[in-house]
Amino acid sequence: MKFDLTILMYIIPSVIMFCCGVYGFITRKNMIAILISLELMLNAVDINFVVFNRYLFPGQMEGMMFSLFAIAIAAGETALAIAIVINVYRVVKNVDIRELTKMKF
Amino acid sequence: MDYSQFLMMPQEIGLLIVFLLVFLFDTFMPKRLQTSLSYITCVLFAVYTAVSMICPLKGMAFAGMFESTAATFVMKQILNIGMLIVLIQSIKWANEDFTIVRRGEFYELLLVTLFGMYLMISARHFLLFVIGLESASLPLAALVAFDKKRYESHEAAAKYMFTAMFSSAIFMMGLSFVYGIAGSLYFNDIAFKVAGTPSALLIVALAFVISGVGFKLSLVPFHLWTADVYQGAPTAVTSYLSVISKGAAAYAFLIIMVQTFGAVYSQVWEWMLYALIILTITLGNLFAIRQRNLKRFLAFSSISQAGYIMLGVIAANEIGMASLMYYVLVYIFSNLAAFGVISAIENKTGRVGMDDYNGLYHTNPKLAFTMMLAMFSLGGIPPFAGFFSKFFIFMGAVKTGEVAIYILVLIALINTIISLYYYLLVVKAMFIVEGDCVVPRIKSETSERLGMTICTLGIILIGPASCIYTFLTLVVKDGSSMFCFIQ
Repeated sequence: MKFDLTILMYIIPSVIMFCCGVYGFITRKNMIAILISLELMLNAVDINFVVFNRYLFPGQMEGMMFSLFAIAIAAGETALAIAIVINVYRVVKNVDIRELTKMKF
Repeated sequence: MDYSQFLMMPQEIGLLIVFLLVFLFDTFMPKRLQTSLSYITCVLFAVYTAVSMICPLKGMAFAGMFESTAATFVMKQILNIGMLIVLIQSIKWANEDFTIVRRGEFYELLLVTLFGMYLMISARHFLLFVIGLESASLPLAALVAFDKKRYESHEAAAKYMFTAMFSSAIFMMGLSFVYGIAGSLYFNDIAFKVAGTPSALLIVALAFVISGVGFKLSLVPFHLWTADVYQGAPTAVTSYLSVISKGAAAYAFLIIMVQTFGAVYSQVWEWMLYALIILTITLGNLFAIRQRNLKRFLAFSSISQAGYIMLGVIAANEIGMASLMYYVLVYIFSNLAAFGVISAIENKTGRVGMDDYNGLYHTNPKLAFTMMLAMFSLGGIPPFAGFFSKFFIFMGAVKTGEVAIYILVLIALINTIISLYYYLLVVKAMFIVEGDCVVPRIKSETSERLGMTICTLGIILIGPASCIYTFLTLVVKDGSSMFCFIQ
C-alpha cells in the first residue's frame, strides 16, 4: 500500500489530533478537560476511517459505517462519563482529578 | 433482509428475553411483589441457561459478521455458569436497604454487559466486536458507581470510565490502521491481507490493538485501573468484573489474534505478547504480596492470573484454546468462592482487611475452609482444580516446541511459587495467627451459602473429572480451521 500526498494531508492532522488528545489526557487536571481530550482522540479515529475509505477503498462503505457507529459510541461514553463526573462533584465539590487519590498502589 | 438468520443467535435472543422479562417485572409489578425480583432473576437466568444447553446451533449470520460454533457456544455457557453464581451470591447485597430501590437497574445492567460479552465472543467483524466491547464495558462503569453513598465507588468509577474510554480510543485507532492496510474489517479478509512481510503500519496497528484489549484484560503496562476499581466497586460487581469480564475478553483476544493476525504470529505479536506475559505475571505477583486489603489483593492476584490465561493465547494451538477455556472455568469457581467469603463477611461486618481475618477459623470454620480451598485452587495446589488448569495451560504453551516458550513457562512456574507465598498468607492469617478475632461468628444467608457450596464443589470436582477437559478439546476441534493461518 502506498500513501499519496492527498491522503497524507488528511492523515497527518488526524494523527496530530490523536497525539494532542493523548497529551491532554495525561496532563489535564480538570475532568471535563480530560473528557474533551478523549473526544479528540475518538474523532481522530473517525477521520482516519473516513479518509482511508474515501481514498484507498472508494468502492465500499465499511469505513464510513464504522465511523458512524464510532460517533454514536463516543456520544454514549461521554454521556456516562459526565454523569460519573457529576457524581464525583457532588461528593468532593470539585472536578479536579488530583482530588481522587484516596486509593493508591 | 432474511430474518431467519436471527435464529443463528439463540443464546443472545434467550438472554434478551430474560433481560426484557426482568425489566418489565421491575417496572410494572406492584411494590409488594417486587421483593422477589432477585429470586425471579436467578430462576429466569437458570432456566435460560438450562434451556440453551439443548440446541447448540452452528453457522454464520449477517454475512459472516456473527459466527456461532461449538466453541463459542461452550464459552458462553461457561460465562453463564459464572453469571449464575454471581447472581446467587449478590441476592443478599441486592436486598439491603440502600440498594433495594435500585436493584432492578443492577440486574438489568448486569444482563446487558453479558450480552455485550456474547457479541465479543461471536463477532467475526471488528464493527460488531467494538459494539460488543463497548456494551460490555460502559454499563460496568455505571455498576462500579452503584454504591452512591460510598466515596470510593465514585472514585473507582471515574478511574474505570476514563481508562476504558482511553483504551477504546487507542483500540479503534489501531483498527483504523488495520482497515487502511486490509480494506476490510472482516477477520477472515484481514487474515489474508496481512500475510507476508509486515509493514511498519501493521506493527503499530497491532501494538494499538493489543494495548486496547490489554486494558480490558488488565495486562501489566495497562493494569493501573484494576486495583482501584476492584477496591472501590461493590463486591458483587468486583466479582463479576474479575471473572466474567476477564474470561470473555480473554477468549475474544484469542480469536482476534489467531484468526485475524495469525499470519504474522512469529514475526510480530508473539514477542509483544511474550513481554506482556512476563511483566503481567511477575509484577502482578510482586504487588499482590504487599496488599493488606483483600479486594486489592485479589485484584493483583487476578492480574497475574490474566498472565497465565495469556499463555493459552501465545500457544496459538488447539490445546492452548481448550486450556484457556478450561482455565476460565476453573478461575470462575475459585475466584467466586473467594469473593463469596469476602462478601459474606463484608455484608455483616463491613471488614475487608487481611488482618481482620486473623483467627477466622475459630469463629467461622466453614467460611475459613471455603476461603482456604479457593486460595489453594488459585495457587495451584494439586488435588484442586487450579492445579489442573495451570498444568494444561503450560502444556498447551510447551506444545509449540520453541525454546523461548519453554523459558516463558519456566518463568511462569517460578511465579507460581511466588504466588503460593501470598495465597498462603491469607490461609496463615485464618488458621495459624493467634489473636483476638475481629470478626464475630457469622450466620451467612442461605443464598450466600448456596453460592459458596457450588463454588466449593466446582473446585473439588472439576479437577478429577477429566471428562470436562476432554470435552473442551473435542469442542475446540470444531473451529480449528482458524489455526491454519498461524506461522
